[in-house]
Amino acid sequence: MSTDTREPAKPVLEFKNATLNVPMLILHSVNLAQIEHQLLEKISQAPDFFKHSPIVIDLQDINSHDLSLDVQTLIELLRTNHFLPVGIRGGNNEQNQQALTLGIPYHSSHAITHPVTEKKAETLKPSVTDEQPTEPVENKFINTPVRSGQRIYSRGDLIIAATVSAGAEIMAEGNIHVYGGLRGRALAGVQGNANSRIFCSRLEAELISIAGNYKINDEIDSDNLNKPVQIFLQERALIIESI
Amino acid sequence: MARIIVVTSGKGGVGKTTTSAAIAMGLAKKGHKTAVIDFDVGLRNLDLIMGCERRVVYDFVNVINEEATLNQALIKDKRCNQLYILPASQTRDKDALTKEGVGKVLEELSKDFKYIVCDSPAGIERGANLAMYFADDAFVVTNPEVASVRDSDRMLGILSSKSRRAEQGDEPIKEYLLLTRYSPARVKLGEMLSVDDVQDILSLHLLGVIPESQSVLNASNSGIPVILDEQSDAGQAYSDIVARYLGEDRPHRFIEEEKKGLFGKLFRSK
Repeated sequence: MSTDTREPAKPVLEFKNATLNVPMLILHSVNLAQIEHQLLEKISQAPDFFKHSPIVIDLQDINSHDLSLDVQTLIELLRTNHFLPVGIRGGNNEQNQQALTLGIPYHSSHAITHPVTEKKAETLKPSVTDEQPTEPVENKFINTPVRSGQRIYSRGDLIIAATVSAGAEIMAEGNIHVYGGLRGRALAGVQGNANSRIFCSRLEAELISIAGNYKINDEIDSDNLNKPVQIFLQERALIIESI
Repeated sequence: MARIIVVTSGKGGVGKTTTSAAIAMGLAKKGHKTAVIDFDVGLRNLDLIMGCERRVVYDFVNVINEEATLNQALIKDKRCNQLYILPASQTRDKDALTKEGVGKVLEELSKDFKYIVCDSPAGIERGANLAMYFADDAFVVTNPEVASVRDSDRMLGILSSKSRRAEQGDEPIKEYLLLTRYSPARVKLGEMLSVDDVQDILSLHLLGVIPESQSVLNASNSGIPVILDEQSDAGQAYSDIVARYLGEDRPHRFIEEEKKGLFGKLFRSK
């Protein structure tokens, strides 16, 4: 033992749990040439974004199709393209061992999420469409007027067969339908679903928002006010279209 | 069991107390035993409008605190023996009201009375919440202007979510719209919202329109519920409202500007 008798000083370190957002690379194919080709294509779209980006490789899909992949070659491929692989996920024993010898930890595949956007899955490999059965969405239906000061939240779609008063706030993770005057605030896709839409039979809203992109009444083209419309997001711009 | 009616609005000064006094008197005159309660503790006015302010000994808060019995506090109206008034305390504030206390008083009144009219204070705080909590029917008093309509809308939201009926999942409170201080001439000039405008926003069953009238002020100042002034337009409008509430079918009046003939112009009344 060391003879150094230090005072029990303040702790210089501590362990804490942290949740970090790390991009995940989900593979649908084991064809490394194809992977590299599409990877380069992606990088060319946003070179700075991907440079030195940490990345987790998800192997669950290819393993579920019994395709074998050489993890070492893949990791080398990523490194030469300036990615910093920080883990693999959903790998089999052999792949996990391979990763460990390269100093890359592996993670269990529990709570694995499916491709965030369908678009991503499409560009990578459109033929693989073994989507999980979708979770039951909790749509909400209301047929009494939503009064000023009331707030309504729906985990799925929100359907209101009455008016929404000024000063009321209706929110949905999915679409919003109002079969009546919409005078309050309507926020669709509040958890970030940019494909959600707002439909109403009479647009007089104080504020409309889809996935955080909003417009206040003053910014709504007067041609669209007091008319039946649908509202959707196109390239981060709210489009109001009469129906 | 009594039917509990709350007269509410959210906004102040729209005519809640005038309406409470008028409809309580109207119901009593139709032969129904009626009690009218002033929930505006600290700013009591109902006794003034009813003309019984000099006869107040005990009040609503005394009854809640069990310092007096209900019979001691109830004031019998001198003009109609079916009508009783439970005045508010002027020296206390709304915190003196408790849900249990109010519930107990209403339950006791229910045994004896056919209708209980609760005159709500303005605002959406304790007094207003307790006035509407136990209600079966709500008379929402609204002036034809945007602030009042907005506040009524807010009140309707509270009625549908925070009342006893809402909490227990019973049939919701029946809501009726009373449009007060209505002036067809000013609607025509675009200075006032029309009945249709208000209906469009509130989508509520219209129980009646009370025209803007000097008789309301006169009645308040003299402590006589305006419904007793049978000559006045406002008095007649309240009579219609009581009749409609009790199930009679009466056409709406006072919505259109009155066309006065030559004699009308010469001998303009009120």
